[in-house]
Amino acid sequence: MQVFSKSANYWSRGSIIAGLFVVASLVWMVLTLQRSDFVTSANQFIEQPVQFSHQHHVGGIGIDCRYCHTSVEVAASAGIPPTKTCINCHSQIWSTSPYLEPVRASFREDKPLQWIRVHDLPDFVYFNHSIHVKQGVGCETCHGRVDRMPLMFQKSSLQMEWCLDCHRDPTRYLRPRDQITTMGYQPAVAQAVLGPQLAQEYNIAGVEHLTSCSVCHR
Amino acid sequence: MANNVHAQATSTAVLDVPVIAPGHDFETVTESVAQIPLARRTPLGWVFGFLIGLSLLMLLQVSLGYLVLKGIGIWGTNIPVGWAFPIVNFVWWIGIGHAGTLISAILMLFRQQWRMSISRFAEAMTIFAVACAAIFPVFHTGRPWLAAYWLFPYPNTMALWPQFRSPLIWDVFAVSTYATVSIVFWYVGLVPDLATMRDRAASLFKKRIFGMLSLGWRGSARHWHRYEVASLILAGLSTPLVLSVHTVVSFDFAVSVMPGWHATIFPPYFVAGAIYSGFAMVLTLAIPIRAAYNLEGLITMRHIDNMAKVMLATGLMVGYGYTMEAFFGWYSGSFYERAMMWNRMFGPYAWSYWMLISINIGLVQLLWLRRVRENTKLLFVMALVINLGMWLERFVIVVTTLARDFIPSSWGMYTPTRWDFATYFGTIGLFLTLFFLFIRFLPMIAMFEVRTLLPQAKVKAEHGH
Repeated sequence: MQVFSKSANYWSRGSIIAGLFVVASLVWMVLTLQRSDFVTSANQFIEQPVQFSHQHHVGGIGIDCRYCHTSVEVAASAGIPPTKTCINCHSQIWSTSPYLEPVRASFREDKPLQWIRVHDLPDFVYFNHSIHVKQGVGCETCHGRVDRMPLMFQKSSLQMEWCLDCHRDPTRYLRPRDQITTMGYQPAVAQAVLGPQLAQEYNIAGVEHLTSCSVCHR
Repeated sequence: MANNVHAQATSTAVLDVPVIAPGHDFETVTESVAQIPLARRTPLGWVFGFLIGLSLLMLLQVSLGYLVLKGIGIWGTNIPVGWAFPIVNFVWWIGIGHAGTLISAILMLFRQQWRMSISRFAEAMTIFAVACAAIFPVFHTGRPWLAAYWLFPYPNTMALWPQFRSPLIWDVFAVSTYATVSIVFWYVGLVPDLATMRDRAASLFKKRIFGMLSLGWRGSARHWHRYEVASLILAGLSTPLVLSVHTVVSFDFAVSVMPGWHATIFPPYFVAGAIYSGFAMVLTLAIPIRAAYNLEGLITMRHIDNMAKVMLATGLMVGYGYTMEAFFGWYSGSFYERAMMWNRMFGPYAWSYWMLISINIGLVQLLWLRRVRENTKLLFVMALVINLGMWLERFVIVVTTLARDFIPSSWGMYTPTRWDFATYFGTIGLFLTLFFLFIRFLPMIAMFEVRTLLPQAKVKAEHGH
């Protein structure tokens, strides 16, 4: 008695190929999904209490990053500006715009605006803006072309491999200190020449230190 | 296999008990094994045993579920004894698995034909024991889903590898290789018998299931040729594993600097202990199975006797290990090594040390006596006690060293909780459940190999063909 029909041979051989294909697809899916924007929440606009446009303020008007993010050179946090910083200008311009009513309300009632954090690192990572700025890492390097963002979004994955990409060889990303806040920065000489030069000038620690666990995890 | 039956014929004649009882022929061998999985009625004894296994398995599910909810604080594991029951049980289970690999790989390469009747279920025992062992290190982390990621860090978004200089990661590779090779070896060995099951099954459903599992085996000369090549390669792959896996497990201890662990004798002494406990487990399983399924003609007293002798030999090696440990403790001249040995013998856990010594150095000597080796009931009890003895060995090694290390201010006692025991007995439930399913659904003796041992299989070349 035949247990299987003649076509069973094709099915059994086909199932080997199909099985390999399924396994390969699953591996590919896991690898891709884990790095996707869906998991890292990169490249997603986040609705804020006021739809503040960096594109307008940085790209259009040309305000320096440090006008609002005042502590970026001296503290761990770059700092979120108080409502007063907004009112410096907006008591004069667009002072009656209904669009800006939440800002005026915040100023009147002395209640801070509840901005929603866009770049949220895990709590076990100790990130310090000041050291990065001091050692020649530009704002753009991590935050992308902020001057082209109508609403703020996270440009990078913020995954550890992304941090280590720079910590293992920072020379590829260094720029002169006076170019820190420049958007669309182009190195004057080749980065391959400039990077190592700056690393030496700024006395940047070696890769053993930069990649030791306790530099970021304390 | 067939080319060495001549040598076998002469060697069995020397011994008084044959490997296979007289009166068996091809048909009776196949029938007595194949009728067990094909029987329509499940024996009541099987149901009873399976239910015991299943209820212990549920205990495992409850205790692991509660562990994941609450964290490993439900166990007694705590500093200074950070490696307690989980590692004791892990080493115990991994050790048990070694007998299966020894039987199917090393004894195969040495052409020890008595292995054929016991290899199949010993290999199954290996696989199930490794499954039980794997539970402990993974759940010891408290967050098994993260543990899995740390062991195999893919997708590697942290751009970090595990610490390759740590014996714990060597363990991961050793045990996962061991599991993979054991499963493949077991399955390859099953294929010809699965085809026999397909041919003997009554219902089309069973025929199809066994047919799919037997991968189109038709028993042609080419099939047999490929089978022989594959099983020889797999035996070659498994042989170093018998020695390497428990060596790596012993490195978990020996590579550290703790008194009582940092010893060069650990690898060979662990391997001997593994085979010792493994044969105790094979006997624990073989003695009731051959009685319950009337397989005394296939698993004969010759097998029981040989296994008891292997147990005696490896037991003596383990006893030598204990003696040398005590000797090294004294001879090292190290204050801490001596203190550790003194503490083992006369400290708060002295009961476990003396129980261990009385079983693994004392009780095992009974196996010198032929009368003991021929008494299956007594052997069964001894095998159980030896399993306990080998568990105690790991308990002594892990707990006495950690509870009292260099600085008295960091000493502390370890007491297992009811959850420690629940998890341990739970894995025994997992083992029993898998084993009972195995004996119900798959041929537990390699029928085609045992058939080659029969006189009918010994075809003389001068008679033609």
